[in-house]
Amino acid sequence: MIESLIKNERAELTQDAKSSAAVVLSTRLRLARNLAEIPFPGRASKSQRSDILTKCAQNIQDLKQMKSGAIFKVSELTELEKQVLVERHLISRELCENKEGSAVLIDRAQTCSIMVNEEDHLRIQFLKAGFNLKSIWKKIDAFDTELEKSLNFAFSSEFGFLTACPTNLGTGLRASVMMHLPGLVISNQMERVIRAVNQLGITVRGLFGEGSDATGHVFQISNQQTLGESEAEIIDRLSNVLKATIDHEINARFKYLESNRASLLDQIGRAYGILKNAHEISSNEAMNLLSFMRLAVDFNLLPDEYRTIVDRLFIECQPGHIQYAAQVGIEPEARDITRADKLREEFNNMPSLDFDNIGKIA
Amino acid sequence: MAEKMKCSNCDNEATVHLTQIVNNKIHKVDLCESCAQKKGVTDPQGFSLAELLVKNSLHPVSAEKQATCPQCGLTTADIRRTGRLGCANCFSVFNSTLQPLLEDMHVGTTHKGKVPEHSLSRQNHEAELDGLRNALARAIETEAYEEAAKYRDRIHLIETATEAKEVSRT
Repeated sequence: MIESLIKNERAELTQDAKSSAAVVLSTRLRLARNLAEIPFPGRASKSQRSDILTKCAQNIQDLKQMKSGAIFKVSELTELEKQVLVERHLISRELCENKEGSAVLIDRAQTCSIMVNEEDHLRIQFLKAGFNLKSIWKKIDAFDTELEKSLNFAFSSEFGFLTACPTNLGTGLRASVMMHLPGLVISNQMERVIRAVNQLGITVRGLFGEGSDATGHVFQISNQQTLGESEAEIIDRLSNVLKATIDHEINARFKYLESNRASLLDQIGRAYGILKNAHEISSNEAMNLLSFMRLAVDFNLLPDEYRTIVDRLFIECQPGHIQYAAQVGIEPEARDITRADKLREEFNNMPSLDFDNIGKIA
Repeated sequence: MAEKMKCSNCDNEATVHLTQIVNNKIHKVDLCESCAQKKGVTDPQGFSLAELLVKNSLHPVSAEKQATCPQCGLTTADIRRTGRLGCANCFSVFNSTLQPLLEDMHVGTTHKGKVPEHSLSRQNHEAELDGLRNALARAIETEAYEEAAKYRDRIHLIETATEAKEVSRT
């Protein structure tokens, strides 16, 4: 069902090189919205839930952005297809649990996905590679306004947009940025950063389920509060924290390079060697090694355009993607072999690391 | 030996301890292995301490009056169990339960962001139309035809104005 989506050569996160940047992988904004006068999905009857889907899908598909997009009903997706969509951050795990009337609409470029009947009637998400909070806010805001012309959203002047969970009340806005922070992890500063950031009402999570020592040194940083501040204030506050985090990260990288030059270059070089030659590799190991390759691009050891390739491999080396690409059901061990085959192929096309060029951060 | 901590959710021994600072207040939650799993603590994508706080800050049961939402049938006990509200109407029914929670959870307790102008103006129109339709029915009943004509024209005016707006945007 999702084949056209996977093969799409214009997919934002896996193909679009234009906005790739050091430290920040991608930016995501989501708005929680509910229709007035129908109970939230958790309290709605089966027929109400399918009414919600019909009504929302119709109006969403009428919008220009979604014209050539796709719609997938959760009940019609296989477990594997769901996993692939989760790995691409196009749907949530929670949506996968829901059946009646639950669906996702995805635009052609995979920058916009709208979940229907998740915890709220609508979860509108816009995502883009790189650090793009303000420009994505403009887009999602316009989209939401356009949709609101035809749908009555539940709203109160006191609590703002009404949502099933009180943690989303008000703006219903969750802004999150995926950050690559190997410098802070290697120099043991991540815990301190997480504590400091938490005090400012900002949450830090791992990429795919791990704790603070996230696989691939990738962390998701997002606002925790949604009520009592305007969208612009939320985004400003998060932006300031993120900018400070980026500065810290870059400082940490250079300090580490200064004091542990051989050790850092050794780790990068070995990672490259393994990725180019391994015949069996788990997704965790692959993520951690790919992290060093992203760092290599940031340090100018590899040309800039390889950052997008590393970012694509981050996603395509996830278990669901490997399984999906294999076409037939394969065992976990076989998955590790397939993953290694794929990585060897990709890395054989890569130039060798240019250690003389180290030092300039792109 | 230190005394064993109990899970905030059930009575098993708590092995997962979480601390989070929201608005300079420290919130602590202790959970057992299986509750932590269930709450998605080991799944950072699906986990927010704030959500756990919804449930834990709703104790004690006795001090609080039980309410039921007439629209969706949700009760105070349901909120405690799931941490979720059921429909738009719940927010007025459970307002007093929500207030202290929101203070802990958010920057403020009043919305300062975007306003859905189309939804609101439509809802205002609807309310006005409902009023006018009732007035029209009453006028007809009492055979006050002059009044009725006025109401009818007013309704017609609002309806065509909204329709024109709907058409102009497509």
